[in-house]
Amino acid sequence: MPELNMKSLGGFLARQGILVAFIVFMIGFALWNPRFIDPDNLFGVVRSSAILGVMALGVTFVVIGGNLDLSVGSMMSFSAIVVLDLHENPAFGPALAILAMFALTLCLGAINGYLIGYLRLNSLIVTLGMLSAIHGLTLTYSGGQNMDIANQSATWFDVFGRGTAMGIPIPVLIFGLLAAVLGILLSKTPFGRKVYAVGGNGTAATFSGIPRARVVFLTYMISAFCVATAGLIQASRTMGAQNTVGQGLELEVLAAVILGGASLLGGSGTVFKTVIGVLILGFIQNGLLLAGLEFYVQFVVTWVIIILAVWLDIAAKRGRLLSPIA
Amino acid sequence: MHKDRLKNTLKHGAIWGFIVLELIFFSVAGEFLSLSDRAFMDVDNMLLLLKQSAPIGIIAVGMTVIMINGNIDLSVGAIFALAAIVMLDSMTWPVFAGLGDGVIPVSWLLALLTGCALGLINGFVVWKTGVDAFIVTLGAMLGYRGLVFMYNGEQPTYHLNWTMVDFAEADILGLESPAIVFLATVLVVWLVMTRTVHGRNAYAIGDNRDAAVNAGIRVGPHIVMNFVLIGFLAALSAVAFYSASGSVNPNDGMLFELWAITAVVLGGTKLTGGRGSVIGTLGGVIAIQILRKGLGHIGADSETVNLVIGTILILVLLLDRQLNRKGAEELKV
Repeated sequence: MPELNMKSLGGFLARQGILVAFIVFMIGFALWNPRFIDPDNLFGVVRSSAILGVMALGVTFVVIGGNLDLSVGSMMSFSAIVVLDLHENPAFGPALAILAMFALTLCLGAINGYLIGYLRLNSLIVTLGMLSAIHGLTLTYSGGQNMDIANQSATWFDVFGRGTAMGIPIPVLIFGLLAAVLGILLSKTPFGRKVYAVGGNGTAATFSGIPRARVVFLTYMISAFCVATAGLIQASRTMGAQNTVGQGLELEVLAAVILGGASLLGGSGTVFKTVIGVLILGFIQNGLLLAGLEFYVQFVVTWVIIILAVWLDIAAKRGRLLSPIA
Repeated sequence: MHKDRLKNTLKHGAIWGFIVLELIFFSVAGEFLSLSDRAFMDVDNMLLLLKQSAPIGIIAVGMTVIMINGNIDLSVGAIFALAAIVMLDSMTWPVFAGLGDGVIPVSWLLALLTGCALGLINGFVVWKTGVDAFIVTLGAMLGYRGLVFMYNGEQPTYHLNWTMVDFAEADILGLESPAIVFLATVLVVWLVMTRTVHGRNAYAIGDNRDAAVNAGIRVGPHIVMNFVLIGFLAALSAVAFYSASGSVNPNDGMLFELWAITAVVLGGTKLTGGRGSVIGTLGGVIAIQILRKGLGHIGADSETVNLVIGTILILVLLLDRQLNRKGAEELKV
């Protein structure tokens, strides 16, 4: 009996390891520095993680579907620049600017989805190419200039990044709402099950009559939608943006998704776990700062944690710590 | 039979054909559009082009080996920056104060050792934990970059040594040192990949890892060796580049991994491993650099370069799929 208990405990740890690690981590930091669990601090962390988090939600779908999306960073720069530019255009105004930006960003997502879903090209290279192409597109569009909103007091555009509702910052609200909607979409609907099926075994999914191409296409559309939302929050928060505002975010986003336990091979991961992954990255950064360590130490810690997390996950599945490869 | 041979020539010679097309296009278009009255196909211009492509090129050679081996390395940009910092900073260490200009080879050696050590860490983790190289080096990219920033904050690290600059700008027949280092790297690594047991095994492991294990090939050490090699080459690239410039920013080398992968893929190496060549990568690197220079030559905005390269990368993938449908089936990360 005790052995069985140990086994189920091990199984639980293997399944929910990231959650357990998160709780242990939080308790440890809270005991060590009470300021850490101050509500202001907690909200501050979630708020600053919101942009990364929103993007990670979309990439979760792509990764579960068995693909990668490296273009989200430059796509986010694109949407921030576009929405700011159109906002300044008298013909558009805030509402139309946002609509147009979403439409344009979704077009980019559609290109990704078409090439990878329908033409079945390699997602790593396609989105790598798109990273470069969209970056060029953004620079051509803006002429290399930064975008700013000239008259900041005359617009309600800042509500997405700076506003609060019922004491909760709007970015956090958007992140939470989007996470809830996408979480239900992934875990409770036929579409969600199809995403898992396509990522788990594409061939088997095809033979079961699942429209693989369309499912992959839609995961990229979801990703683009999330990116557009993140771009909106970013643009609204700073009321201006550089052409490189999202540069490098693609890999941080991927790190959060992987930390949440999604496998790069596809077919596993959940929205909830991704949220935990995002929060872990955010709280590590915050905790280390409160501990008085240099800002950049967080990168080194993240490195170690990502590898440890994935390693332990794999080790639990194969039943041995070290790889059996000679 | 004829069709097959045609297909093969198309596949392997494609990148060189592309380069010829680029040269023709930019020469002709340059006649009409260029502001300068110098021809694009100027010898000096071509030699300069080779020198400018050296930093990414040297790394891309290492990336070719890694990808033939069936892995990927996203941390090369950070290794590049860290090795550069070690090189420039170590020249001012009090320990070496008595060496005079003798400090130059010492600091070069330290930089190269740094690169090897960082590559060794990656390789060892990939081997022993069994975690996918993509994840390991993604983490390392963050971690090594963190080390770069911890070294000197956001300040640039600089140290100018004129003797070293002379070395870096010395030339043989118009080829400056970085270009020579690049070409030598291509030659040596090409020999290693085509003429040695290690090279043969690297192809075998990338092609079919299980079969390689069954054939008694020690997969792990070969993987580690290749990661050490790319770490070394990233550091070598830093040595070749920063000996002349003498100043490194903590953001230097960012996105180098993506440029290198682009060059390697343009050169015909498969992400799935087992196929590809260093010579093809040389072509890929040159093609990208011609594109950069050429677009500038005909007066296009420098911003369009990224757009064009991204589009070409995707087109190459499409073309490759048409020429090699079986390859398309196997392409899966």
